[in-house]
Amino acid sequence: MKPFAYHQPGRIPDAAKLLTSIEDSKLVAGGMTLIPTLKQRLASPPALIDLSRLENLKGITDDGATVTIGAMTPHAVVAASKLVQAKIPGLAALASMIGDPAVRIRGTIGGSVANNDPAADYPAGVLGLGATVVTSTREIAADGFFRGLFETALEPGEIITAIRFPVPFKAGYAKFKAPASRYALVGVFVAKFADGVRVAVTGAGSGVFRVPPMEEALSQNFDPSAIAAIRIDTDGLTSDIHAEADYRAHLVTVMAKRAVDAALS
Amino acid sequence: MQISFTLNGRPTTVDVEPATLVAELLRERLTLTGTHIGCDTSQCGACVVHLDGLPVKSCTLLAPALDGATLLTIEGLHGAPGSNQMHPMQEAFREHHGLQCGFCTPGMLMTAVALATEKPDLTEADVRHGLEGNICRCTGYQNIVVSVISGAAAMNAAKGE
Repeated sequence: MKPFAYHQPGRIPDAAKLLTSIEDSKLVAGGMTLIPTLKQRLASPPALIDLSRLENLKGITDDGATVTIGAMTPHAVVAASKLVQAKIPGLAALASMIGDPAVRIRGTIGGSVANNDPAADYPAGVLGLGATVVTSTREIAADGFFRGLFETALEPGEIITAIRFPVPFKAGYAKFKAPASRYALVGVFVAKFADGVRVAVTGAGSGVFRVPPMEEALSQNFDPSAIAAIRIDTDGLTSDIHAEADYRAHLVTVMAKRAVDAALS
Repeated sequence: MQISFTLNGRPTTVDVEPATLVAELLRERLTLTGTHIGCDTSQCGACVVHLDGLPVKSCTLLAPALDGATLLTIEGLHGAPGSNQMHPMQEAFREHHGLQCGFCTPGMLMTAVALATEKPDLTEADVRHGLEGNICRCTGYQNIVVSVISGAAAMNAAKGE
């Protein structure tokens, strides 16, 4: 790692001001992606702004029709939350599948969503549930938040403070993980609401995306059989050392069926 | 920057560069070399320590995160106070041959103690899932799993005494 200055602001406006005023500075939440990136010298920011001292960024609140998770809430806390398990069990299950136990203790939902790794789990849950990303300056709908490979709608100096999830009738997540990294080779989140079903896929392409034909079929009949014959196009899917695009396309259908099964169980 | 924390029960203050990993700080500055660095990419778990009671990978933790915290390393595990005995989990690993070369063992023990503390009646499935972030290239895990279940029972029994 190259040397950097370290700031631990206590208030969100102070953090935002540091982020804007120090060129190329980076926010650090749990550090589960950023620290390995610094160690490999893929990034060498002049300063890190540590979010762990900020108030009110940790914790989960029940707002009735929605559940709000503070940006600095670790995956292990979401996975073990009785509230999330009761209201959106598919999201608690997703959190329990991220990385390994030690990673889940440090890694945070805000960090995962802001980073938007193409194989991260949370983007599938956020897009699949049609959640709202709450930032230091505004609220952004999930459909407009994720912009492909590591890109989001976040403006310079903008900090995620929470994610607000609508409570679905049913939701489930299924993931085929890369055995060494535990990232999703393909992960699919499905959620059934009064006005239809949402299906979001991570790991398969350069960023999380929805699958309208599966959403329509599942809105008619929320059963794995409804999507068994739907195969997504390989255009834009990733081919790499772990899997060819063709295999990823196959896995999307398999994982979508398993996610519906999980939602129904 | 100056950071102060409790290290294995003792108040500790050190001056560190912010770009210092906790695993480096422990091994190179504080000469606590029981914490091992295997992969250095937060996958193998040889570097697991307890930060405020929770198992974390010290190769992927910046030293500033220690400020004000409580850190427990493998050197801080021990049996009944004054007894000069090993921790029940360490005894269980010895008893059940839960190691061969021993490189991964400090991390295995720290993760195992955390697992047993969180859930005293561990099942085999709990242990296998809980050890997902700790890699051993010698044993095939069978004896490690047996050791952890036995160690958890011993920890539970010791707690009841």
